[in-house]
Amino acid sequence: MTAIKCIDLCKNFQQGDVVIKALNHVSLDIEEGSFICLSGPSGSGKTTLLNAIGGLDKLDSGEVYFNGRRVDQLGKGPMADLRLHYIGFVFQAYNLIPVLTAQENVEFVMQVQGVSVKERRRKSSAILEEVGLKGMENRRPSQLSGGQQQRVAVARAIVSQPKLVLADEPTANLDSETAAQLMDLLRELNQHHNVTFLIATHDERVMRYAQRLIRMQDGKIIADELQEAD
Amino acid sequence: MILSLRLAWRNLWRHKRRTWLTALAMIFSNVLLIFMISLQFGSYDMMINNTLRAFSGEIQVQHEGYQQNPKLRSSIPAIIPLALELRSILPDAHIAARAAAFALVSSEQRSLGIQIVGVQPEYEPMVSTLPGMVREGRFLQDSNAAEIVIGRVLARNLKVSVGDELTLLGSGRDGSFAAGVVSITGVFDSGSSDLDRTLAEVPLGYFQDTFAMRDHGNAIVVAVDDLSAVPSALVAVQKEIRGKKGLTVLDWTQLQPGLKQAIQADMSSAWFMYGLLIILVAFSVLNTQLMSVLERTREFGVITALGIKPRKLASLVMLETALMALIGLVIGVAIGWMIASYLNIAGFHYPGMEEMAEKFNLPDRVYPSVTFFSMILGPGIVFLFSLLAGVYPSLRLFRLQPVEAMRAV
Repeated sequence: MTAIKCIDLCKNFQQGDVVIKALNHVSLDIEEGSFICLSGPSGSGKTTLLNAIGGLDKLDSGEVYFNGRRVDQLGKGPMADLRLHYIGFVFQAYNLIPVLTAQENVEFVMQVQGVSVKERRRKSSAILEEVGLKGMENRRPSQLSGGQQQRVAVARAIVSQPKLVLADEPTANLDSETAAQLMDLLRELNQHHNVTFLIATHDERVMRYAQRLIRMQDGKIIADELQEAD
Repeated sequence: MILSLRLAWRNLWRHKRRTWLTALAMIFSNVLLIFMISLQFGSYDMMINNTLRAFSGEIQVQHEGYQQNPKLRSSIPAIIPLALELRSILPDAHIAARAAAFALVSSEQRSLGIQIVGVQPEYEPMVSTLPGMVREGRFLQDSNAAEIVIGRVLARNLKVSVGDELTLLGSGRDGSFAAGVVSITGVFDSGSSDLDRTLAEVPLGYFQDTFAMRDHGNAIVVAVDDLSAVPSALVAVQKEIRGKKGLTVLDWTQLQPGLKQAIQADMSSAWFMYGLLIILVAFSVLNTQLMSVLERTREFGVITALGIKPRKLASLVMLETALMALIGLVIGVAIGWMIASYLNIAGFHYPGMEEMAEKFNLPDRVYPSVTFFSMILGPGIVFLFSLLAGVYPSLRLFRLQPVEAMRAV
């Protein structure tokens, strides 16, 4: 079943007198439960595509469908609701709330969703254990390593069981061993929870985990191929 | 503690020094406001009590129109029985009947026009401080005796002293010629040269005989222990005289309109200063919260990307502002209350106050008024303005674009 459908997406940026085509007539279908890597050099349009699918940025033209529902024209409020309930984000720089503990960071989104305190505590403890952070629930981000912070960010992204997780260069700040551990974790979550993952990366080692690899250049998809994941 | 409250509280302490500086500005202004307002209210209480106790009392029963045009004929019949009735319904109040007329008073050497007030010698000391200000001789004792007490300035102008006689000449209530000879039993010194020059008191019985008043008088003065007792006493007196034609009841604001205006004028100028102080504090809060929001632009961008609506972020910033203002309020009120409470017992005075107080027969210390209202009024407004100062930084979050915000350094 198609989870995401993108039709003819265009997004231009003005840089001085130059118009940069960040997305140049991009069309794409993403199946539910798939594990996809978007690769390409810096400026190829990977992050812009993620932002467009996540409703973080407005498109110049094109259509985005989420589970058959057109979402690119949604207003700020409905789009925020969609992200809150159905889409998880993992960022390159972890972006945890520094004054909250690991567990509180994971619980924060659930609190806004209106999940009860007891349920939040149960779910956050379980997910932190699953990402290998049992015993570190009460540590603040500054007391965690980069890899551990990124695990908290992953836990935060998936704790509400979203349909889709958009990850932008999730391993960029991690050493190779920690990056491999994180990718193993994402793959495992994909398989166990049937969460669709769309990961933007230019790390060849990350790409090996993908079932499908989409290569971008100058705002266009130049290759879209299925592959045997590691 | 819910997560939002925890988050807001911890956000406050990301920059301890900045938060404390802002909170200290609030604490300082709250303490200052409590001190100034309680002192102000205390001095108003003192002004009101001293002014009203000197002569007019807090409430008076008069003939309609007497306050605007005090004519002898605008009188209350059977005034002493009416005063007795009022005493029975207001056992805690002090009540005295009076009559007043303008007359020419002559000594052997001079004649001057003054106001003669007929008073009940046994009740007058309880509604007026004037009898207690008799510095030479004594106050009146017998209600029918041909006696008079006069002010120090009048005694000097007439060149008389205690034991001398004065001749009174005036018009009676029925238009007849009113005349009498009275003996000076006392000379008072009220501190007000106007009062000491133009006022003299004689016994009410003698006044009624001399001015053909029969059983009439011009006013019944009601003095209560506290201004807060005025409204209930006023209602009771109004109820009592409802069936008596031509009578009216006035409270102190109608009896002494100048006093009320003076207090209002003083309040206006004081609140101008307080307003400046409050606005300065509000700008300090605005600055802190604006900086706090700007430096967290990236973080807010991420939170928005997670699906949190700007409304939620704005309420978080407002919660942070409210918590900071609450710190200022609680500590400021606690310190302000302690200072005001101490001064409420010990009194507050400044150099030169004794001289002025002695001159106007006032206490030489002001006792700040420690009431819930005087404690919370200033800090409450600071709290409200601090919250208002948090509105602009909060509103900025509604314009936040997640992608741009996440690019912020």
